[in-house]
Amino acid sequence: MTHYLDFEKPLAELEGKAAELRALAAQEETKDVVGEADALDRKAKDKLRELYAKLTPWQKAQVARHPERPHCVDYVRELFTEWTPLAGDRNFADDHAVIGGLARLDGRAVMVIGHEKGHDTRTRIERNFGMARPEGYRKAIRLMELAGRFGVPVVTLIDTPGAYPGKGAEERGQSEAIARSTETCLRIGVPIVAAIVGEGGSGGAVAFATGDRILMLEHSIYSVISPEGCASILWKDAEKMREAAEALRLTAKDLSQLGVIDRIVEEPLGGAHRDRAATIRAVGEAIEEELKALDGQKGDALVAARRRKFLDMGTKGLAA
Amino acid sequence: MNWITNFVRPKVNALFARRDTPENLWTKCPECGTMLFHRELTKALMVCTNCDHHMAISPRDRAASLFDGGTYVEVPVPAPIEDPLRFRDQKPYPARLKEARRATGQHEAMLVAEGEIGRTPIVAAIQDFSFMAGSMGMYVGNAIVAAAERAVERKAPLVLFSAAGGARMQEGILSLMQMPRTTVAVQMLKEAGLPYVVVLTHPTTGGVTASYAMLGDVQIAEPNALICFAGPRVIEQTIREKLPEGFQRAEYLLDHGMLDRVTHRKDLREELIVITRMLTGQPPAIMAELPPPAEPAPLVETPAGGEGAEPAPGPDEDGTPPAKAAE
Ligand SMILES: [Zn+2]
Repeated sequence: MTHYLDFEKPLAELEGKAAELRALAAQEETKDVVGEADALDRKAKDKLRELYAKLTPWQKAQVARHPERPHCVDYVRELFTEWTPLAGDRNFADDHAVIGGLARLDGRAVMVIGHEKGHDTRTRIERNFGMARPEGYRKAIRLMELAGRFGVPVVTLIDTPGAYPGKGAEERGQSEAIARSTETCLRIGVPIVAAIVGEGGSGGAVAFATGDRILMLEHSIYSVISPEGCASILWKDAEKMREAAEALRLTAKDLSQLGVIDRIVEEPLGGAHRDRAATIRAVGEAIEEELKALDGQKGDALVAARRRKFLDMGTKGLAA
Repeated sequence: MNWITNFVRPKVNALFARRDTPENLWTKCPECGTMLFHRELTKALMVCTNCDHHMAISPRDRAASLFDGGTYVEVPVPAPIEDPLRFRDQKPYPARLKEARRATGQHEAMLVAEGEIGRTPIVAAIQDFSFMAGSMGMYVGNAIVAAAERAVERKAPLVLFSAAGGARMQEGILSLMQMPRTTVAVQMLKEAGLPYVVVLTHPTTGGVTASYAMLGDVQIAEPNALICFAGPRVIEQTIREKLPEGFQRAEYLLDHGMLDRVTHRKDLREELIVITRMLTGQPPAIMAELPPPAEPAPLVETPAGGEGAEPAPGPDEDGTPPAKAAE
């Protein structure tokens, strides 16, 4: 059962009808019904192409949050071997909104760190909808330092609405945890390749996304604030999220032009959720290529270049 | 009594506020309601003499009260690209900037100054909440990088006074990128072996707290300052319960291990002298011998293309710091 986004309604009708006809054909063996279904499918595909050729920033935000979009655990399962999760911040708890561990990517040992949103009610609650608490960042800090000590490159998968606005999270110093996590990204002498695969929400995303190379899926978003949050603050009306999404320039294309991300990974027609396997493969290949390109660089040089990259960001003029 | 704020049009009022405030003005303490004689309040560094409530103090008054003899030299901040996203909400971003400049007489939300405290040279970066809620955009990022670079150059400690509602949304992702950018600035100091002291003032929130404001070697806060990542209202909406009294206030954070000290504004200068001297291997300062900080009318100096400093622009000018674009 496909989950349709509101702007996909016309598509839902076409695909629904085609499916009905096929069910009918299965019972009655009528050739022309099959032909009709095929025609509808072609029409649906055209519609899909048309819709996705000109997604607005707000529509992209919806695609980025699509419940069937591949999540961190899906990437881990499909891309890596010898997955060995490592838990805990050695301080307070293990944050299930952040997964981390050692794994191999095409034979190469890497440290994987990512946000996990969950895929049904139970797992979403368990994962706190991908909103990390301080323990999540502190686990990531621990794992990044571990990777740094043993020369293991770090791969981060970013998909979070943002940090968790909770009482305990504040009491246990979420600001400090985010700041230290970003600082750790800027200190360890091993390559860091970050991939924004869904939502890159504010400080919670930056904490893991401060890498040598930042990849982004075509319909992912990366922003200082959610379109809804921005709308309610600047427009004093949360319903103005379309305008806010537009103004914030949070799409992969805009961010690439602003020099904030390095590479866009194309999504299959109709978004990542329409062909999860192909999406995961494309992200995996892009990460491997970037890791290869960073091979053989000395730790000091890597750190210096990483810091330079962020220091220069936005200062060298912006490409339109 | 407070006829001017009630009857004069805001525009005129803003213009007026930039000049020396006439001495017959009174300010009402928002905390205890006491009417405070303006000259007394200024002398008390904008702290209520009745209830110790710490009101906002302008970066220039802060600098004047911090440095020996109230003397400091402004450190130029490279000008960023203005309005990089061509952002418009209900108003275009350039119009909001213009408005903030007119209302505050300041160019942007951070002042960088160098001078001596207790004869110890330091660099200070002072955030200005009155300027678009002190929000962190490219300019504030540039200011912190410039402050760190100057501190490294002078082998001086950096003291940073934070005050911000968070990131400047009108600069979108580029405001978010100031989190890693300013973090690199902090790393420059650490690697040069220089103390980085943060004084968190009311309020310090969002991406500012979650970057340079929480990375100090020593973390000091002013009493009752709100310090958080997510604001109390957002949290109450999320968890649907009332937050305890004093939640996210300086004393609460101190209690939860997030700060080293909570210090009254009147004691800050002396405390900063003591800390920076100990961390830079200097003997104790003999306080009696130190030149006192300035009383109200400060002597402000601005850099004039090199070593020599010229007097500051008069209050009639727009207060734009002589920012030189570096590289
Ligand atoms: Zn009072």
